[in-house]
Amino acid sequence: MIAYNVNKIREDFPILNVKVHGKPLIYLDNAATSQKPKQVIQAEKDYYETINANIHRGVHKLSEDATAGYEEAHEKAADFIGADNLDEDSNIEQIIFTRNTTESLNLLAYSLSNSKIDTGGGNNKADTIFELKEGDDILITQAEHHANLVPWQQLAKKLKLKLKFAKISLDSNDDEDFGTLDVQQFNELVTKKTKIVAVAQMGNVLGTINDAREIGKIVHENNPSALFIVDGAQSVAHSKVDVAKLGCDFFAFSGHKMLAPTGIGVLFGKKNLLEQMKPFMYGGDMIRKVTFEDTLYNDLPWKFEAGTPNIAGGIALGSAIDYLQKIGMENIFAHEQELTRYALKRLEEFEDITIYGPRKMSEKRTGIISFNIDGIHAHDVASIFDQHGIAIRGGHHCAMPLMSLLNVAGTARISFYLYNKKEEVDKVVDAIKSVKKIFA
Amino acid sequence: MEFFAEDMYRENIMDHFKNPRNHGIIKNPDIGFADNNPLCGDEIGITVKLKTEKIKDKNGNEEIKEEIAEIKFNGKGCAISQASTSMLTEQVMGMKLKDVKKMKNNDVIKNLGIPLQPIRVKCALLGFKVLEAGIFLYEGKNKAIK
Repeated sequence: MIAYNVNKIREDFPILNVKVHGKPLIYLDNAATSQKPKQVIQAEKDYYETINANIHRGVHKLSEDATAGYEEAHEKAADFIGADNLDEDSNIEQIIFTRNTTESLNLLAYSLSNSKIDTGGGNNKADTIFELKEGDDILITQAEHHANLVPWQQLAKKLKLKLKFAKISLDSNDDEDFGTLDVQQFNELVTKKTKIVAVAQMGNVLGTINDAREIGKIVHENNPSALFIVDGAQSVAHSKVDVAKLGCDFFAFSGHKMLAPTGIGVLFGKKNLLEQMKPFMYGGDMIRKVTFEDTLYNDLPWKFEAGTPNIAGGIALGSAIDYLQKIGMENIFAHEQELTRYALKRLEEFEDITIYGPRKMSEKRTGIISFNIDGIHAHDVASIFDQHGIAIRGGHHCAMPLMSLLNVAGTARISFYLYNKKEEVDKVVDAIKSVKKIFA
Repeated sequence: MEFFAEDMYRENIMDHFKNPRNHGIIKNPDIGFADNNPLCGDEIGITVKLKTEKIKDKNGNEEIKEEIAEIKFNGKGCAISQASTSMLTEQVMGMKLKDVKKMKNNDVIKNLGIPLQPIRVKCALLGFKVLEAGIFLYEGKNKAIK
């Protein structure tokens, strides 16, 4: 393996040369969105300058090239998350391009609300039919992003379902497990009535890693008709994902958190499930045949991609995947783990800092560190960091129920990516000292 | 533009943050309202006691003069929202209600004396928006009674 060269990687990101308030930008808001390498920016530009045309329509050369590029991007996405291991002949049929994770999850919430599906999971046919009925329940965790909470909450209201929340550990004295999922309690919550289980593989606030494979096993063993959905918005950008190994039925993620432009996201779904599901949106490109009376839907994945899609964004997502794969997701993960270990160590210097999530480095933790400095509001921390050229997030991180559980209005959050380096962590420590001086 | 963290959190702001003026709650207020900023979870409540006088204008028409006799705020949040509200209470103390209603956002922001990032403007104006809403409710109620 070639040594991980962070300075070489940084050269690919033009924005890292930008100065903020006269100081070099230190970008530590990667959990919100990542920066883009010049290769991805170029891919989007190339598309518009050389092959821009609508897809699946014209017989002219440009349209053929655009269609090929857009479809190839689906193949790259399938390969990136291991969907091709599941069914190599139909990998593209399992990959739906959306705007982002939020849209992917809304697509599911809408489509599952009026679909009847034979999951084919169990031995007894009667046990494997998925159909939402009054009194059924949906299970998520207490730590979910609003994107993986509000769609289920509103679906539950509409169909009179029960939305259940699996507990996370709130024991702030537990260095290793603070913020992690209580798997034993989770197991008890997956019953015959549980039809949908939706869990983030990596928490966007607490930096925790859920063992999605273990969770998937519990879900399918406890109830063969239940569908297991993984919110991969954070995990796909920072670690090697293999949906075949995870055993999930659906996997949702965004392009913009993994070096691609905004406005392009992905929903992976098992082919046999997607085939039985109703479309989310209706219109052009999702049809095979339309009469005045009725419509025959298109094949997968186009059945779920109504209207002219974000073609340039899709192609640029393919380029982002190429870029990440060239460096290697395992290498990126290891680099970020190292940075996180270092940052946690340096934060130990401060007695008045509370970290929300595991304080100790382990396989349950990733490069998102939420914290508060005693008596100082997260927005003030973020403002002062900004004056130092350091971009961090201060606020509720789209997880207001979790904030109330932690009994805070918000937290400051630093989140790493492949281009961050140890020297930047040192600057964070300097910025914290500056905050404390101002508020002393 | 380049400026430093110390500029944004200059002494007068930190003074109002650490020693908020007119902090607390008035019992049986004439005006009372509370709201939060969903972006950062800041919360501010404002209570006001009015001094009401009936006066006659030069044409002999009766008019009600309402002045802020006492104002208190409470809540929690960032230094900008708390300091700005503290300054606001000093600013409007003794003012006629009709003049408070004429106040613009900038009249409040300029109390801080610093350039604000757009996202922090909401913090600075939270107290003012609560006061405005409180006055709006108070006047609506009064009209309904009349």
